[in-house]
Amino acid sequence: MSRFTVELLVTPRPGLLDPQGKAIHHALSSLGYDAVDEVRVGKAIYLEVTAATPEAARERVEEMCRKLLANPVTEDFRVTASQNGGAAG
Amino acid sequence: MNVAIITFPGSNCDQDCHRSVDVAGGSPSYVWHRETSLGGADAVIVPGGFAHGDYLRPGAIARFSPIMDAVIDFARGGGLVVGICNGFQVLCEAGLLPGALLRNESLRFQSHDCRMRVERADTVYTSEYREGQVIRMPLSHADGNYYADPETLAELEDGGRVVFRYCDAGGAVSDAANPNGSLNNIGGIVNERGNVLGMMPHPDRAFDPALGSVDGLPLFTSLVGALARAEVA
Repeated sequence: MSRFTVELLVTPRPGLLDPQGKAIHHALSSLGYDAVDEVRVGKAIYLEVTAATPEAARERVEEMCRKLLANPVTEDFRVTASQNGGAAG
Repeated sequence: MNVAIITFPGSNCDQDCHRSVDVAGGSPSYVWHRETSLGGADAVIVPGGFAHGDYLRPGAIARFSPIMDAVIDFARGGGLVVGICNGFQVLCEAGLLPGALLRNESLRFQSHDCRMRVERADTVYTSEYREGQVIRMPLSHADGNYYADPETLAELEDGGRVVFRYCDAGGAVSDAANPNGSLNNIGGIVNERGNVLGMMPHPDRAFDPALGSVDGLPLFTSLVGALARAEVA
């Protein structure tokens, strides 16, 4: 078994109103950053997970997303796992 | 006519709900979220507040509190369950009501009186109102922006499951009267069977003239009345 750092990105589903993204977009525009077409705000969650393979770690976290970490009505998620240091004890 | 009021760490309207049920003639009791039984209650209220600090998403962690299995079983069996404000968010997270409550469109915490039109006076929760009646009560939330996908929204509308809609003093439903960006000005809905109600505004803060409005009281007298009739039957 190894320890993996799993990065989870939870983002508002496409088409869903994202008032935070809109407010940030507005602020960027007022600073002169006209090249920004859209801003969407989500959240990043980092988990240290012990598993046999990165795929196993990722699948475990995807299961957690469906159950708790993301709301399927309003949010999409993306999971990436990378090995973290030596083997877990 | 025992009404269980679920208290989570962070609930702050449990006492308001307790008093509302009491004034309406019911018998309220508190049930701590770590309990696993509703103790034979005839109805359940999931009150407002910030259960588990609203961490992750409002209601997301509360939905897995030990008592929630009993609440879900009770609701699936046809038991009467009301979620007010944070309670509405908990019931959506638990899958007892469709949709979700997003951050207010204004990004501001809204805390003021609102008006709603009673769209349905034939539910167990609204029988003491008149259809089309305009009622006034406080709202107090950061995440009250009701959202559902287009199919779900059509189901709610076609099925007459929108119970309360934000409106102005004359009863007109408009963007200006929408405090949080909710789709179709939705302030409260019921599930398909009609036994689970969720609403963002606070009837539990509008049951006594000293509070500035008594427009919330009929919700509790409707509920207590329905339980009394069930007891006779």
